[in-house]
Amino acid sequence: MTWTIAITAGVLFGAGTYLILQRLLSRIIVGLGLIAHAANLILLGSGGAPGEPPLLDEASAGPYSDPLEQALVLTAIVITFGITAFLLALAYRSWTEQGSDEVEDDREDLRIARRREAKP
Amino acid sequence: MTTLATLPIVIPLLAGALALALGRSIAGRRTISLIASGASAAVAAILLVAVDNDGAVVVAVGGWTPPFGIELVADRFSALLLVASTVALFAVLVYAVSQRATDEEFRGFHAVYQILGAGVALALLTGDLFTMFVAFEIMLTASYVLLTHRADGTETRPAISYVVIGLVASALFLISIGLIYGVTGTVNLADLSVRLDAVPPGLRSGLGWLLFMVFGIKAAIFPLFFWLPDSYPVAPTPVTALFAGLLTKIGVYAIIRTQTLLFPSDEPSTFMLVIAGLTMIVGVLGAIAQTDIKRILSFHIVSQIGYMIMGLGFGTVAGVAAAIVFIVHQIIVKASLFLVGGLVEESEGTGAIDAVNGVARRSPIIAALFLPAALSLAGFPPFSGFVGKLALVEAGFAANAWIIVGVSLAASVLTLFSMTKIWAGVFWGTPNTTERRITPRGMALATASLVAFSLVIAVAAEPIVSYAERAADDLIVERIIAAMPEGVSS
Repeated sequence: MTWTIAITAGVLFGAGTYLILQRLLSRIIVGLGLIAHAANLILLGSGGAPGEPPLLDEASAGPYSDPLEQALVLTAIVITFGITAFLLALAYRSWTEQGSDEVEDDREDLRIARRREAKP
Repeated sequence: MTTLATLPIVIPLLAGALALALGRSIAGRRTISLIASGASAAVAAILLVAVDNDGAVVVAVGGWTPPFGIELVADRFSALLLVASTVALFAVLVYAVSQRATDEEFRGFHAVYQILGAGVALALLTGDLFTMFVAFEIMLTASYVLLTHRADGTETRPAISYVVIGLVASALFLISIGLIYGVTGTVNLADLSVRLDAVPPGLRSGLGWLLFMVFGIKAAIFPLFFWLPDSYPVAPTPVTALFAGLLTKIGVYAIIRTQTLLFPSDEPSTFMLVIAGLTMIVGVLGAIAQTDIKRILSFHIVSQIGYMIMGLGFGTVAGVAAAIVFIVHQIIVKASLFLVGGLVEESEGTGAIDAVNGVARRSPIIAALFLPAALSLAGFPPFSGFVGKLALVEAGFAANAWIIVGVSLAASVLTLFSMTKIWAGVFWGTPNTTERRITPRGMALATASLVAFSLVIAVAAEPIVSYAERAADDLIVERIIAAMPEGVSS
């Protein structure tokens, strides 16, 4: 179980990193989503082996799941959800105003590049 | 007593909600916002005195016994930073209100501003790692909104890189929390400080460096600072001033809190000192290459973060105390410098050094506000930066860290050079136009009050430094007692 989580999280993180390094904003956002999933999985995995539902029940004395990290993951999911939505709105505005989804070049970089071209 | 520690979080949150509810009335929103920020600053000051006299205040939120519930802890360190932050929040708010443009353009400004204040207070007061994550998210989400709301087509790129970096850092923060929880089974800071002792040293330092990197992104240390000079200057002046004064320092607060409490070391950390030196030098060299006031100042934010990390890197009480004094000085001085930069932009229409001349003759008030703040940044006696740097240098000598002290002094000289560049370019010379422009009195007054506060730090150096020493003593020597509530045995 832990191995599955660890490997899945690793793959998600790798794919997310690859997507973040792309030029298209939509890909970057998907990449961020994958990285957030990886983080949530690791958080979930940190609770150890799963057991009975963590309900207050005197009858079942068996091992039960750790409820804390489930609560943490819920909080984290809500936060990432909100910020991803915000980022999507931002991407949409950038698309309506520029007509493209591509992340522009850094202006400082352009300035330096132009200066170098001017002085051969 | 316990309500006192929750008020700095509750007041701005309520005020933010009220400001949203008041929607249409701009006067109403302004009044609510100003009252809330003023009240938070007053509460923070009372809390500071209370904590200094009677020791740390611990609040178990919701009545759950620690370490199971969420805890708020106000100790000397967090109380002092809370005072500096709330003062900066209040002064910048007064500036924004008298500038008019910022909050008239954006109806939600005051609500978001107050929520950011609540996030800052929660980050400073929280006693557990996950709540610190939530606090950072509150603070950062508010900052995303403030930074992007005005962004037109040309400005979205820096704003987007800011949000993306923030999100990546948050994911890494979550991962570190997950790993730490997996190893120890708790996220309560006080509890962690005990349980981490049982963790193998290699694993423990791995977790420590992971957290250091996470907060390092927020604090903009070398080599994780590239987003900062890129994104900060595009925001409206009050927003930039607030970010410059507060956000990175909260990152430094989190570094100092977690490193001293969870990953203490008795000897100077060479790695941290190297990072500190590189942050100082790279930041200040970046500043020298720039030609716009706000961009220059943004690179100086990075450079000055190096001094704080240096204080922590010494690993001594004196070093951490000096870092604390330096953080307080930076919160105030950085915010006031950006406000002065905004005044120049407001009265001249641009902040480009080549385009502006002779401000000293046209508006002597702006020049009179810039000079003490700039000299203070460079560490000139008798201003507040001198107090912080002197304490740092003394701590460095005591720790026999000669090289880093030399590097820090060199960075100071370069800072002075960069400040004289602004002075000579913007303030000296013959004015381009004779057209008179009026500086709004409220903006100048808000800036002046922050500059005056930095002078108070310089005049009251002795009590502030001794307070910081007590705070650092709490952090390093009595690290468990300070955060552990009474009645909970280790």
